Amino acid sequence: MAEAVKTRPTYRNIHVTQILQYRLPPAGIVSILHRVSGAVMFLLLPFLVWLLDVSLTSEISYEQFTAAFGVGVGFVPGWLVKLVVLALIWAYLHHFIAGVRHLWMDMTHSVSKQQGHSSAILTLASSVVLTVALGAKLFGLF
Amino acid sequence: MQQNYGSKRIVVGAHYGMRDWLSQRVTASLMALFTIVLLVQVLFGGPLGYDRWAAIFSAQWMKVLTFVVIVALGWHAWVGVRDIWMDYVKPVGARLVLQVLTIVWLVGCTGWAVQVLWRL
Repeated sequence: MAEAVKTRPTYRNIHVTQILQYRLPPAGIVSILHRVSGAVMFLLLPFLVWLLDVSLTSEISYEQFTAAFGVGVGFVPGWLVKLVVLALIWAYLHHFIAGVRHLWMDMTHSVSKQQGHSSAILTLASSVVLTVALGAKLFGLF
Repeated sequence: MQQNYGSKRIVVGAHYGMRDWLSQRVTASLMALFTIVLLVQVLFGGPLGYDRWAAIFSAQWMKVLTFVVIVALGWHAWVGVRDIWMDYVKPVGARLVLQVLTIVWLVGCTGWAVQVLWRL
């Protein structure tokens, strides 16, 4: 009997290495990306405050702000600044839309499986579409 | 011993997450409102250069709103990042160190942002 107990599979919290083997439903993807986008913005917060600082302090610093997107700043090239800003744009959009989805669910009790599914797909689609549009603008495609 | 679960649970002291849940939504709503207010001012009003950008933040009501949003952001991020540490970092010592670093990080960024705003 002791042998049977030993060989019985136990299910605990999944290990980091197992994450990619798990297929999440759209609502699960929105949820984990909500957390990831929040963490990204938390880590990039000093960069964001720096952007606010150079864009607001004076006309000279404003030129430094615009130059950061062109020739770059210090040892960081302009394209990398743009790429990091693009990451911030995506993180903000996803976090914003997923947050509005939360508030909408709280207020209207729209918590059925179907509503969660369709609102999750809407969240993912709209954040990606807006990110692509703003990214194209950022990199000067239009 | 007195029953302390179900409908007879004594709901005092620990708040059972209600305060975090509510403050997360209130601070988020403030930031969403700020986003819309800023977006409207940026999109409408002609070409955007330093003068108009700085003028947006020079208005006293905008300074007050921005200040409130900076504080709201710090609070919001604290609740969120603390949740991340509580979910993934189990050793108490490591969690304490990370939470202290998070507070230092957020208070530092908040102070810097307020300085940028209020010397304008």
